[in-house]
Amino acid sequence: MSGSGEAVGAILILVGAIFSLISAIGGIRLPDVYTRSHAASKSSTLGVLCALAGTLLYFLISDGIFSVRLILGIFFVFLTAPVAAHVLCRSAYRNDVPMAGAVEDELAQYYGMNKDDQGTVEKDVVKLDASSISMIDKEASLHTSET
Amino acid sequence: MIFETILRIALGILMLSILANMYRVVKGPSGADRVQALDSIGINLIASIAAYSVLFHTQAFFDLILLIGILSFIGTIAFARFIERGVVIERKR
Repeated sequence: MSGSGEAVGAILILVGAIFSLISAIGGIRLPDVYTRSHAASKSSTLGVLCALAGTLLYFLISDGIFSVRLILGIFFVFLTAPVAAHVLCRSAYRNDVPMAGAVEDELAQYYGMNKDDQGTVEKDVVKLDASSISMIDKEASLHTSET
Repeated sequence: MIFETILRIALGILMLSILANMYRVVKGPSGADRVQALDSIGINLIASIAAYSVLFHTQAFFDLILLIGILSFIGTIAFARFIERGVVIERKR
């Protein structure tokens, strides 16, 4: 009875570790912030979900203990890892980090009008050094109203 | 025996992936690369803690899984806001 639990747990944890290694190799070899984020977020999330599911099944089969904390951990990681990757990619795009080998940038015309506004606001901030704090606050409130 | 061997091999693979992410933290050209690699290191630490809790057959580390998950997410969101807007917490008037 305990042998099957050990087998399931060990195989799932090994598969999760291999997925994490594949994600790390993708993080080394891919040429760009966005492709690296693609590799790191998806396969690393799948790897840690496999490892946590292996731990849950091991304790469930071998000991008969169903851990609610592990369920919460699986749910939380599954919910938050893609959100973190999305926010990081958006911040990289808004800071004009270049894409490697992009044929067409469809977001540029969507962000084009906003980028002109940001440019004028930043020029005003550079001009008015004394009252730059209020301008930065105005820009921040503008960003919050956009998002 | 073979169970513990498989778990130790998995821990070694996780250590290799953490080292690969450390390479990206050191060498990454932009800030978003480094923050992404640090978030991935946090994810790998969660998997390592799960493997350790199976290896030692204890349930004392399950709180740490949830805690590192929450702290890694909050840190990543804070760094992304800092890269994007220059401030982490905005003043409301």
